[in-house]
Formats: sequence, structure tokens, C-alpha cells
Amino acid sequence: MADRVPLVDYLVLSEDPRLVARECERCAARFFDRRNACASCGATTFRGVDIPRTGTLVTYTIVSVAPPGVAVPFVAAVVDCGGTAVRGNLVNVAPDPGRLTPGMELRLTTVSVGTDGAGTEAVGYGFEPA
Amino acid sequence: MTQDVWILGISMTKFGKHRGKDTVDLASEAALAALADAGVGMTDIEVLAAGSLMAGTSAFGQQLQKQIGQTGIPVYNVANACATGATALRTVIMAIKAGEADLGLAVGVEKLSGAGLLGPATRRKESDTWVPDGRFGAVAPLDGRIGTESMPGVFAQIGLEYGHKYGGADFELFARISEKNHAHSTLNPLAAYSKRFTLEEIMNDVMIAYPNTRPMCSANCDGAAAAVVVSGTRLRALPLEQRRRAVKISASVLTSDPWREGCQVLPDVNTLTRQAAARAYEQAGLGPRDLDLVELHDCFATAELVHYDNLMLCEEGGAVDFFNSGATWRDGKTPVNVSGGLESKGHPIAATGIANVWEICHHLRGEAGDRQIEGARAGLAHVIGLGSACGVHVLEKAAV
Ligand SMILES: [Zn+2]
Repeated sequence: MADRVPLVDYLVLSEDPRLVARECERCAARFFDRRNACASCGATTFRGVDIPRTGTLVTYTIVSVAPPGVAVPFVAAVVDCGGTAVRGNLVNVAPDPGRLTPGMELRLTTVSVGTDGAGTEAVGYGFEPA
Repeated sequence: MTQDVWILGISMTKFGKHRGKDTVDLASEAALAALADAGVGMTDIEVLAAGSLMAGTSAFGQQLQKQIGQTGIPVYNVANACATGATALRTVIMAIKAGEADLGLAVGVEKLSGAGLLGPATRRKESDTWVPDGRFGAVAPLDGRIGTESMPGVFAQIGLEYGHKYGGADFELFARISEKNHAHSTLNPLAAYSKRFTLEEIMNDVMIAYPNTRPMCSANCDGAAAAVVVSGTRLRALPLEQRRRAVKISASVLTSDPWREGCQVLPDVNTLTRQAAARAYEQAGLGPRDLDLVELHDCFATAELVHYDNLMLCEEGGAVDFFNSGATWRDGKTPVNVSGGLESKGHPIAATGIANVWEICHHLRGEAGDRQIEGARAGLAHVIGLGSACGVHVLEKAAV
């Protein structure tokens, strides 16, 4: 199997790819980026928590005009995964407001970003209709 | 007791394309006009706050001084995204309230014509090998791969989230908000665009980020605005004519976004606006129903809807009904963005937070000409800079 790397470090590539958040050990606030401290309570210790692989659509937009290098159109969205808000694109669904309804059920999936000069594939994620 | 503070003079340049003028020219034009409007000179000013995000210098205020008056006073160069102008104004107000000055000048300016889509300031280069970088350990740029970083897309999601939560907000409703602001702009000679659009024209224009089409997005343009602020003590010693045109700053509030679940996933522009509004109404001793007009930050049509609610102009969850009632048209009970708003007046970023205050003052002074809101006695100016910062100023007509 060729080498694969995740697009972001909070995506874990395995048999069941999943997102892992940094959860504040004191107040349980969840973050996806590298932390210095908790923005909610100021604590400095975190644990990794698996985010549910299914969720519901909170809101979206269909981006039709974007800076050079960004392929359009695409559906940018916020997904509620068991109470944690997650940013991601909607994939495997037409970029058509008629097909997109807040509240719709979604599931996590992986998306190839491309292969670098050394033959390593970068893999990102998106959400598709469940 | 803390010092009361007043706008003594205020001005904005025409918004639009100023090919022959640079940033300092525009700022000088606005500053000199504000000083003339106040009936004072640069030698009377004891503190200067200036902002320009695109000027490319961290000492913009000093560049301005070198054109209009190097008097040795302290200069605060401020930056706070789209709330930069409001921050400059608030900085001067704080200096006066602190007793460090009796007269101050706040200036905001931007040259933005043709700047195109506003989004992330720098975009990572695609690399030949994947190397994790930044706070997400990303091996490639994330804009477009994990959501959007473009402003029209961010605010589109904010509007649709509100629409889903409370119902009734569809593409056409957001387009009708834009229709209102463009209609208002036809009465504003200083607006960058003062063309009325039909609903069909707005909905059939270029889609930027659904549901925001091009006329539903704020207009990039050049422009400057400036305000002279005076302490109550100094104002009382001035001639009647200056006191009559002075406008009372009944509230001046700046907030940042408090942490909420999800706020680092999609910016929460609601909580900090609601908190700023609540504090402003308390400071002013006024409620939303006392306002004769409101200039709020319609950087996108989708943003205007949520701010009806955040500024408590309507009941919680009632923004759609509030708009549908006609309340926010210039002949409604709470006219919103009679200047045309950012969608048509234009949005030269650092100037916006002072230009909004200028619009309110213009009406409170009874000097707004064709677009005058008759008998206006109180108004509110709101701006939001994504990141986020929210500025709210409540203004009242002088009692003399
Ligand atoms: Zn915490």
C-alpha cells in the first residue's frame, strides 16, 4: 500500500477513518487545532476524543467564486456531529440548494487530495448524504 | 462622574474610485473637512487615532500628520478588521473620558477599488512534497478543501443558519434585503453605487456564494471618514452654533467574540453583537424602540438579517417577520441603512466605522437633504470585523 498522509492532523486514517478533537480536560470544550490553552476556561491539558462519524447539516453555502487555485463550485458546510460542530465540504451530492437541506443526515468520508513527487497520497475528508 | 463626549465635527469623502488620490490624500481630505466642520484646527487636537488596513505601514497616523499638522500629540495607529474605524473613534473617546484630552481626531481610510474577493490574507503555496504545517498540521491549503475562508461564503452560512433555525429566510428574502439597500442608495450622493436594482436583477446576477449574488456583497471602493470628538466640558464653552450641531455620543462599546461551542468552526458574529448592543442600550439609557435610524454592518445581505435580531430591533427569532413588515425601509418604523449600506454605499474597510456614524449624525443634525429621516433624534451605528470585533455607537441630537 502506497504511503498516505492525512490532509490535517485531526484526521486519523485507518480502516474507519475518523476525526479526533482536542477536548479540554477541565471544561470539555473541543478544538481541532494545536492548542496553547483552552479558549473557554484557560486550562492547559487536553485529551483526544473521537468525533462521531455521522451528523446533521447545520448550515452551508455553495461557493461559486473563489481565489485562484480553489476549484469551484463546492459546498462548504458546518456539520453537527453529536454536539460538536465540524467544518467540512459536502461531497457526493450536487451543489444545488434543492438537494441540500439543513438537518439532513450526513456521514464522514475521505477524499483524495493528490499525490506528491515522492508518491505519497494526501487524503482529506468530507461529508456525504447518509 | 465620567466626562460626557460629543461629535463636534465629522465628514466622509465620496466613496468610489479615486484614481488620482492616494491613501494619505483621502485621509487628509476627510480629516481637514472634519476639522472645518468642527470649527477647530489641528493645533487644537490633543489625540489622534488612525486606521488603514491597506496603507502598508504601521505608522499611518504619522504619515497623515506630515500632511495636515505635526503637533507632537500622541498617535494611536489602530487595526481591528472591519471594525477599525469604530476602534479609532472609540480610542479617542476613551482618551477624552480618561481626562487625557478634550479634543481628539479619529480617521479611517482605505484604497480598495478593484481589490476583488476578500478572504484569507495569504494563501499557502502548493508544495511538491506533503509537509504538515500550521495549527492543523495541514499538508495543503485548506480553503476550498475543508470549507471556505472567503467572506461571502462565511456570511452566507451565517445567514442560512439563522434561516434554518427560525424559518422563512430563503434566497429571495435575502435578495429583497439587498433590493432595499440599493433603493436607499439612490438618495445618497456620496455612495459608490447609487443604482436601483430590481429583485430579478439581484437574483440573476453573478452568484458568489449561495445565496449571496454580487449585488448582495459589500462593494470594494476607496474612501475616508473622520470625526472630531470633544469633551462635554469643552463643548459647554463653545458658541451656541457649535453646540447646536454637536451630536451626543450616548454609548460607545467595543466587544470581541466570547467562546461558544462551534465559534472556531464558523465565526459567531451574533453573541458579540448582542452583548455590544445590550451594553450600548444600558449606557445610553435608550432601547431599540427609541432609535429613529440604524446603520448596521451589511457586509452581505445575509448579515443584515441576523443583525436585526442581534441588535434587538425585533424579537428574538423574529428578523424575517420584522423585515417582511417593511420596518427597515426608510419609511418604516426602524429604517436600516438609509445610506445604502455597505452593499451600495461601499465598504472601504477602515473608513466604514466612522462613515456609519457620519450618516447618523447627518440625520440628527437635520442635514441629510433628500434622504433625511424627519425628526430623527437618536440613532445607532454598528460594525463588525471578522475575527471578531464589534463596535456599537449610539448617538443623540443635541438638546440645545
Ligand atoms: Zn476548558
